[in-house]
Amino acid sequence: MTLNDIMFYLFAGSILTFSVLTVTSRRILRSAVYLLFVLVSTAGIYFMLNYNFLAAVQLTVYAGGIIVLIIFSILLTSHVSEKAVVAPVRQQIFSALATAAGAALTILTFLQYAFTPSASPAVEANVHNVGLALVSYGRDGFALPFEVISILLLAAMVGAIVLAKKEKHLATAGNQPKINPDNSSKS
Amino acid sequence: MGFNIYDFSGMTHNMHLWFLERMSPTATTIVEWTIIGVSYMLFVALFGLFLVYAERKVCAAFQQRLGPMRVGYWGLLQTIADFIKLLMKELIMPKSADKFLYNLAPFIVMIATFLAMAVLPFAKGLQTLDFDIGIFYVTAVSSVGVIGILIAGWSSNNKYSLIGAMRSGAQILSYELSVSLSLVTIIILAGSMQLSVVVESQRDAWFIFKGHIPALIAFVIFLIAGTAETNRGPFDLAEAESELTAGFHTEYSGIKFAFFFLAEYINMFIVAAMATTVFLGGWMPLHFGSFESFNVVMDFIPPLVWFFMKVLGVIFLIMWFKWTFPRLRVDQILTLEWKYLLPINLINILLMSLVVLTKFHL
Repeated sequence: MTLNDIMFYLFAGSILTFSVLTVTSRRILRSAVYLLFVLVSTAGIYFMLNYNFLAAVQLTVYAGGIIVLIIFSILLTSHVSEKAVVAPVRQQIFSALATAAGAALTILTFLQYAFTPSASPAVEANVHNVGLALVSYGRDGFALPFEVISILLLAAMVGAIVLAKKEKHLATAGNQPKINPDNSSKS
Repeated sequence: MGFNIYDFSGMTHNMHLWFLERMSPTATTIVEWTIIGVSYMLFVALFGLFLVYAERKVCAAFQQRLGPMRVGYWGLLQTIADFIKLLMKELIMPKSADKFLYNLAPFIVMIATFLAMAVLPFAKGLQTLDFDIGIFYVTAVSSVGVIGILIAGWSSNNKYSLIGAMRSGAQILSYELSVSLSLVTIIILAGSMQLSVVVESQRDAWFIFKGHIPALIAFVIFLIAGTAETNRGPFDLAEAESELTAGFHTEYSGIKFAFFFLAEYINMFIVAAMATTVFLGGWMPLHFGSFESFNVVMDFIPPLVWFFMKVLGVIFLIMWFKWTFPRLRVDQILTLEWKYLLPINLINILLMSLVVLTKFHL
């Protein structure tokens, strides 16, 4: 077993453990922190694959953006002493069954699919290639999806501002921290 | 093991070969990890202590005092004595705190700091990781640090801590945008995010001279936003002592408090080092076009000295801000970011693109 294998099993193990802990923990902020560990371990696997760009995106968007927003909303709404109510036994059994069925389906699909190794030379996933692919409009270019997604994000941003904006006569003197536009522009 | 103060790549390469001769590749990797880890920890501890001492002296100078003078020559050992005292303090655990998260928070802050330090080029060949996404990586991992602050504030179960964490969270989230965008301005000029390439392309002129007006605007914005990112004065309302006791780390004591304290100072070092690397030429000496003799004299000063001279200069600037400007209110902080810095930054990026497209730079 090489060092690379050990690292992989470390990351994979922590992803599995913390995913389970995320849904079983009864304290909401702990769940959020376990989710952070899952996302950071995923970034670690991307780093192992030498796909640094995606790993950094994973850290910025998920760990630095989404988790921070989740924690922020928890901070605003709940208290340390609050614990989630334990679900009734019947609910627990059914959700366990549903989860097991979902996992079995995914694993079976993976095992049955014949992965054929590609003969074409690997494209190095450095920033230069990623950047070129993102804005090129040729066969393998992503210019159209990129633009479409930016329009979607713009719409989401405008929507968030409209929702957050108070009526004129209700508005207070101080500005509210605008968290939503921040997130939309990040992702 | 040929030691060359101007180029460390030979030394590190020889060390690597020396280890490979004596042990298996796996053992070599582990030994090298240990060496790098221990040197980073030593650096963080010693440089952090030095920065605390420097801050007290700079503060004293601005207030026409002498600062610590009793322990050691000119009080040099004062912070070490303080640190020993901190280590011996009892670790207090608030009764109704969330114990797991309360203990975890200082580590998240510290880990983010260490991760960000890993890519900084200290001198030629003295860089642990050289990603092709260098600058992006620093902004990515430093965005994780704020989670530690938020968790610390919430899990302490103290209203002062919670308010401090909320304030600092809102502040860091907002100013992260300005930090990244001012760095993007320079990425456009450099054409690369790899820190070694960024430093290397400043051989003839530093980016702040090369990119003249837009680079200068980006540098000023980076300094302002970087100061806010590190929760330092005039943006220190997250730990405004007169209203919030100490902000998010009110309930922490002993070594856990020291973690937050050290991380804050090392983050200031990271901001200064990024400013140095991206705007002020990193470890590159100061060169002026065709003044050959001047350039040769400047080349004589080792890169490590250049790097730390520039970093300490920027750190002095940041300390200067803290001890001269009054603290901002929370609405002023958010107005400054969203209504002034962000639009200026976006226009500045356009200006820089124009400058690069028309080749109107040195």
